[in-house]
Amino acid sequence: MKSSAPDTAAKTELPERITRLAWVLVLVGILLYGAGYIIDAKRSAFNNVIGFLFLASVAGGSIFLVALEYLAGAVWSVPMRRVNEFLAALSLVVPLLAVPLLFHLHDLFHWTHPEAVEADKILTGKAPYLNANFFIIRFLVVFFLWNLFSFIFVRNSAKQDLTKDPKLTSINIRLAAGFMPVFAITITLTAIDWAMSLEPHWFSTIFGVYYFSGTVLAALSAATVIIINLHEHGYLPNLRRDHFYSLGALLFAFINFWAYIAFSQFLLIWYANLPEETFWFMSRWKNGWEYVSILLIIVHFVVPYFALLTQDSKMDPKRLKLMSIWILFAHLFDLYWLVMPTYGEGIPLGWMEIGYPVLVVGLVMVVLSYKVKRNNLVPVGDPKLERGLSFRL
Amino acid sequence: MKEKSLYSLTALFDTPDEIIHAAERASKTGYTRFDINTPYPVHGMDRAMRLKPSRLGIFALVFGLLGAFSAVGFMTWVTLVDYPLVIGGKPFWSWPAFVPVAFEVTVLLASVLSVVTMIVLYFRFPNNAHPLHDTPYMKNVSSDKFGISIQADDPIFDEHEVREFLRNVGGKSVAPVYLDLSDLNHGQKLFDPKFLGVLAVTAIVVSAVTYIIFNKVLYMDPFTWMSAQEKLKAQNPSGLFADGIGMRPPVPGTVARGFLPYALKGKPDDAGKYLVNPLLPTKDVLERGKSRYLTFCSPCHGNFGRGDSRLQGQFPNPPTLISDKIRNWPDGSIFHLITEGQNIMPSYASQVSRDDRWAIVHYLRVLERAQNPKESDLK
Repeated sequence: MKSSAPDTAAKTELPERITRLAWVLVLVGILLYGAGYIIDAKRSAFNNVIGFLFLASVAGGSIFLVALEYLAGAVWSVPMRRVNEFLAALSLVVPLLAVPLLFHLHDLFHWTHPEAVEADKILTGKAPYLNANFFIIRFLVVFFLWNLFSFIFVRNSAKQDLTKDPKLTSINIRLAAGFMPVFAITITLTAIDWAMSLEPHWFSTIFGVYYFSGTVLAALSAATVIIINLHEHGYLPNLRRDHFYSLGALLFAFINFWAYIAFSQFLLIWYANLPEETFWFMSRWKNGWEYVSILLIIVHFVVPYFALLTQDSKMDPKRLKLMSIWILFAHLFDLYWLVMPTYGEGIPLGWMEIGYPVLVVGLVMVVLSYKVKRNNLVPVGDPKLERGLSFRL
Repeated sequence: MKEKSLYSLTALFDTPDEIIHAAERASKTGYTRFDINTPYPVHGMDRAMRLKPSRLGIFALVFGLLGAFSAVGFMTWVTLVDYPLVIGGKPFWSWPAFVPVAFEVTVLLASVLSVVTMIVLYFRFPNNAHPLHDTPYMKNVSSDKFGISIQADDPIFDEHEVREFLRNVGGKSVAPVYLDLSDLNHGQKLFDPKFLGVLAVTAIVVSAVTYIIFNKVLYMDPFTWMSAQEKLKAQNPSGLFADGIGMRPPVPGTVARGFLPYALKGKPDDAGKYLVNPLLPTKDVLERGKSRYLTFCSPCHGNFGRGDSRLQGQFPNPPTLISDKIRNWPDGSIFHLITEGQNIMPSYASQVSRDDRWAIVHYLRVLERAQNPKESDLK
C-alpha cells in the first residue's frame, strides 16, 4: 500500500476563529472563576476541585494512552497519537488550577483543622498521611513525574520525525513499561488526596481504580472529539472507519469498565453494611441526591452503552463525536457526584458550576492550537506509521 | 458404488492481495455461493466477499437474555417463594446481590450456547464431513496458499465460464472438487455403536487411571495446619488404652478437681442457712463477678440488675434483683438459685463455675448497695 504520510506531515495551523474562541473561553472562565472566589470562596473551591480533577483526568489519561500504545505495540492508533501527546502537555497546566485550592485547604478538607484531628481518634491515626505538608509534597511529586514522563515521551516522538530512528520507539517502549506502575500509584494518590479525603473518615480500596476508569474515558473521548473534528476539516484525511471503530470499541470497553468498578465499590459496601463505609453512599441517597445518583447511572452507563453497542455506531464518526462529548460531560458529572455531597446538603447548581468547565475547555483548546502550530500532526518518523495508516479490522 | 457430482471449482493464489482481488471480482461478477480459504485471517475479506453480518450475534443475544432472566428468576423464586431467609438484615429480594450471578450466567449461556448453535446450524452437526476435506486444495490453503472455491449450486454457475473466470483473475491449478453423496453424512457415522462404545470405555479408563494415580499412588497428605495430631480427643478411639477408648471415666471413688458435686440439691432453705461465701470481696473477685454477671445474667436481668433488659415485653418479664426481697436473702440462697435455677430460669451450674457463681453473688451485692446506698455511703 502506498503511504500518504507526507501529505499530512506539514505543521498546520488551526483556523483563527478556533484560537480566538479558545482565548474567549479561557477569559470567561477566569472571570467566572475569580468572581466565584470573591462571592463564595467555599463553594468555588469545591467547584475548583471538580475542574482540577477533570483536567487532571484528561492530562494523566493522555500520557497513559501514549504509554499504552508503546507498551502494547498498537499499530492502529499511531496516526492519531499526536493528539494524545498534545493533550498530555496539559499536565503542565493542571497544577496552575490547583494553586487557588492550596490557599483554601481549610474550606475543603476537614483533616486540615488541627483541633478536629486532635479530638478525633480516626483522624489522629490518619494524620501521618493526611497532613497539609505531606499533601503538598505528594501533589508536587505526582505532577513532577507526569510532566517528566510526558516530556520525554513527546520529545523522543518529535525527534523521531526528523531522524526516523526506530531506536527511539524502543526507548519509549521501555519508558512506558516504567511509567505504568508510576501511573498506577500517582493516579491513586490523586484520587485519594483530592476526592476521597474530602470525607476523611471514609475509605474504599477500589477508589483509585474508580477514578482511573473515568480518567481513561475522559482522555479517550477528548482525543476522539479532537481527532474527528480534525478529520472532518481535512487535517487527518487518512483515517478510516477501521480507526474510528477502534476508538469507539475502546470507549465502549471503558464505559463497561467504569460500570463494573462503580458497581463493585457499591456492592461490597452495601453487602458488608458497615456504618463507617455506608455513610458515604447514604449522603448520596437522600435530600434529592438519590435522583442525581440514578441520573449518573443513566448518563454514565446506560445511554453510552446502548449508543455504542452496535458495530455501525462505532464506525459512524458523527455518532462517535456526539458520544465522546456526552462521555466528557458524564465524567464531569461523575466528579460532581463524587465531590459535591461533601459541600452541603442540597444540590448546588448555578453559574458557579459553569465557570470551571468553560475554563477547562478553553485551556484544552489553547494548548491544542499552540501545540498544533509547532508539531507535526502525524508522527511521520514512526516505523509503525505506514502499518497504522493501512490498518484494517 | 460411489455417486459423484461436481461440488465446486477451486483455484489457488500466492498472496493475500491476489485473493482479496479475486474475492472482490467474484462478488462483483455476481457469484454468491463461494468461499475463501486462507492459512490465516486476511483483513478486509468480509467486505471483499460482501458477506452479510453474521446472524450468530442474534443467537448470542437471545441466549444471553435467557441466561439473565433465568438467573434472576431463579434467585427471585428461591429468596421469595422457596426459602425466604433474612441475610444480613436485608430485604428478601436484594437485587444488588443478584447482579454478579446474573452477569456470570448471562456470559456462560451466551458463549456456550453460541458455540453449540454454530456447530449445529453452521457445521451441520452430526455431519462431520465436507467435500473440501481431504483434497489437494485443502492441503495447499492450510499451508501457504490462498484459495477460492466457487460452488456448483451457485445460481449462475457454469463450469466453463467459472474456469475462464478463475484463470482471468490469475488463479493457478484450477481444479474441480467432487461431492461424494455416499460419503456425505454417511462416511463417518458419529452415532456408530462401536464408536460410542470406544468413547465410553476411553472415558472410564482415563478417569479411573487419573483417580488411582492422583488419589492412591501419588497421594500426599496436604498440610493440615496442626489439625491432625497424635493426642487424645473426646469421642475418638485411641490405641493407647487396652479397651481402645480415648475418653476415660474417673477413677472409682474420686472426684475431679473443680467438679465437686453440689451437696444441697433441692434444699434451698438449707443452702440459705449453711452456705457461706468462701470468697472475699476483693477487687479481683468483683471484676470477675462483674464480667460473669454481664455475660450470663445481664441479658435478662439488665446491666444493673433492674430486670430492664431488652427482653422486656418479649418474654415473661425477668424480675429485678435489687428488690428488698432479694437484698434480704442470704448469699447461700442466691448461690443456690443460680446453681439450680427457678421457674423459667435454667440452672447455670454447667456454664458458670462454683467460684464464679460466688463472685457473681458479691457483684450483685455491689449493685444492690449502689442503688440503695446507706447514709454513710453518701458522705
